Amino acid sequence: MAPFALIDFLGKPIAYSIYLLIGFAFGAVLEMAGFADSRRLAAQFYFRNMTVLKVMFGAIVTAMTLLFLASGLGMLDMSRVWVNPTYLVPGIVGGLLMGIGFILGGFCPGTSIVALANLKIDGLFFFLGVSAGVVLFGETVGLYEGFYHSTPMGRFTLPEWLGIPAGWVVLLIVLMALFMFWGAEKLEGIYGERGKPTRASGRRFPPRLAGAAALVVLALVVLGIGQPTSAERWERIASGKQPLLDERRVQIHPAELVDLARNDLVRLLLLDLRDERDFNIFHILDSRRVTLDEVRDGLPALGLLSAPANTVTVLISNGEERATAAWKLLAASGVLNLYILEGGINNWLDVYGHPGHDASCPEGEASGGTAAAEAFAHRFEHALGSAQPSADPDALAKRAIEFTPKVELQIRKKLGGGCG
Amino acid sequence: MSARAKPRGYLNPYVSGGFLGVVLFLAFFATGNGLGASGGIARILVSVEDRVVPEHVDRTPHLLAMAGGDTDPLDNWIVFVTIGALLGGFASGLLHGRIRPETQKGPRISIGTRWFFAFLGGLVMGYGARLARGCTSGQALSGGAVLSVGSWAFMFAVFGGGYALAWFVRRLWI
Repeated sequence: MAPFALIDFLGKPIAYSIYLLIGFAFGAVLEMAGFADSRRLAAQFYFRNMTVLKVMFGAIVTAMTLLFLASGLGMLDMSRVWVNPTYLVPGIVGGLLMGIGFILGGFCPGTSIVALANLKIDGLFFFLGVSAGVVLFGETVGLYEGFYHSTPMGRFTLPEWLGIPAGWVVLLIVLMALFMFWGAEKLEGIYGERGKPTRASGRRFPPRLAGAAALVVLALVVLGIGQPTSAERWERIASGKQPLLDERRVQIHPAELVDLARNDLVRLLLLDLRDERDFNIFHILDSRRVTLDEVRDGLPALGLLSAPANTVTVLISNGEERATAAWKLLAASGVLNLYILEGGINNWLDVYGHPGHDASCPEGEASGGTAAAEAFAHRFEHALGSAQPSADPDALAKRAIEFTPKVELQIRKKLGGGCG
Repeated sequence: MSARAKPRGYLNPYVSGGFLGVVLFLAFFATGNGLGASGGIARILVSVEDRVVPEHVDRTPHLLAMAGGDTDPLDNWIVFVTIGALLGGFASGLLHGRIRPETQKGPRISIGTRWFFAFLGGLVMGYGARLARGCTSGQALSGGAVLSVGSWAFMFAVFGGGYALAWFVRRLWI
């Protein structure tokens, strides 16, 4: 399924040729739209010629609608499409600077390249300015590294922010863009250059209206078919991933978790899926409680898709049932290095014990790592959370217990990179 | 009449937008990446720096990530998109007979003034683009299409900054 890891499939020469071709089309369209002319670009800010807004929002809504349509039809895996990570404040400050640079210089970096290719001398000076700015940034960012990395929100999209399905956001943005186009036409009518027959002929209107209608219909289709749910995504990959569960290649022994927690090369993320009551009685140190619903809906909030490549996630429940359900959801969303604690917390406490661990703790059904039961099988006098030795991997490491290592760190094929 | 109806023979902005959207979609669909320009420029510059002052590049964290040690800053998709844009812009200009050395400016300023402000604007924009982790192409266009919150905030900031200053520098353009 798209997108494709081009470099792996085709090798660098062909993959880079495809990027060259994409860039070629990009530059050609910019030139055809008239973006090699600084006056045309700057006119946007005096309401005389709204081409910049029309082209930009026209491109955004077209690409957006097609992307979410392809995703809804199951042709495109959105979790593998690069989404620029949000660093809110530096992004806004950088944006304001760019706006200032735009009105002073008359180009943006992309259009100045096209202007340069057309031998516009002001384009050349702008390009040299951009180059100086880029070098200056590289030399000075070290002075305020903290600000540059401030307000990080990772991969954060409008549907997550607004808490509504992507289809609604697509439709709203399409309607907003059409309203802006309507406004742009009005503004050009008032401030536009004289003699520019933008609305002179009546017959030019129908194709424009047809385009707008087509866009709205497409957006409604996107809304209608919706985006694939985690369960549907699991269906698509089940044939490949189910054997990992059946052959027990992702269920790791408690001692392997202890080992991982002490491995400095691995960033361990422990997700505990049990009820709050059980979690409060006992949980492994540094584990984080999430519900199955949160895993289903709020995957991005867990930060798993933008986590560092050496992140290993271990799912924990009392037995294995709930952890396995979460494993399927996360695997379907493209999370790598995903494991289940073998036999869950029940087995963990069988192996490592706890204060008062004795015959009153029914062992049989919880041991052996095959427990399906989701009931907490151990008895505690106090709810100690992680404040006890058998919750702390560092304390437990002294007890060398043999295990078969199963974790193999997989590095995600890096597709994205933004403005690299 | 037709020459007046389509001044300079530019493509209708909505059609251009639609085309650009399809190019952007195909880029995402095929590669998982959008479009970009400033990143390519940055990498080409760093590769020059790496040739002239390699020790300096190895000591500056921001540059190190792109060109530290044996890492080749040009070995990246965005460099090829940038070079492609240069070629595509040239080919289209050639086809439409628009390639000629000239300085395009507002009617009330000299060519020298235009050059100065083009350089200054470029400087501010180049700096801002790196601070915002992308330019109009890589952030606004690409991030906007995949609904990144930061990209939309960035986009409004760009228009906000431009409109806020436009009246004060109107002599440059109108």
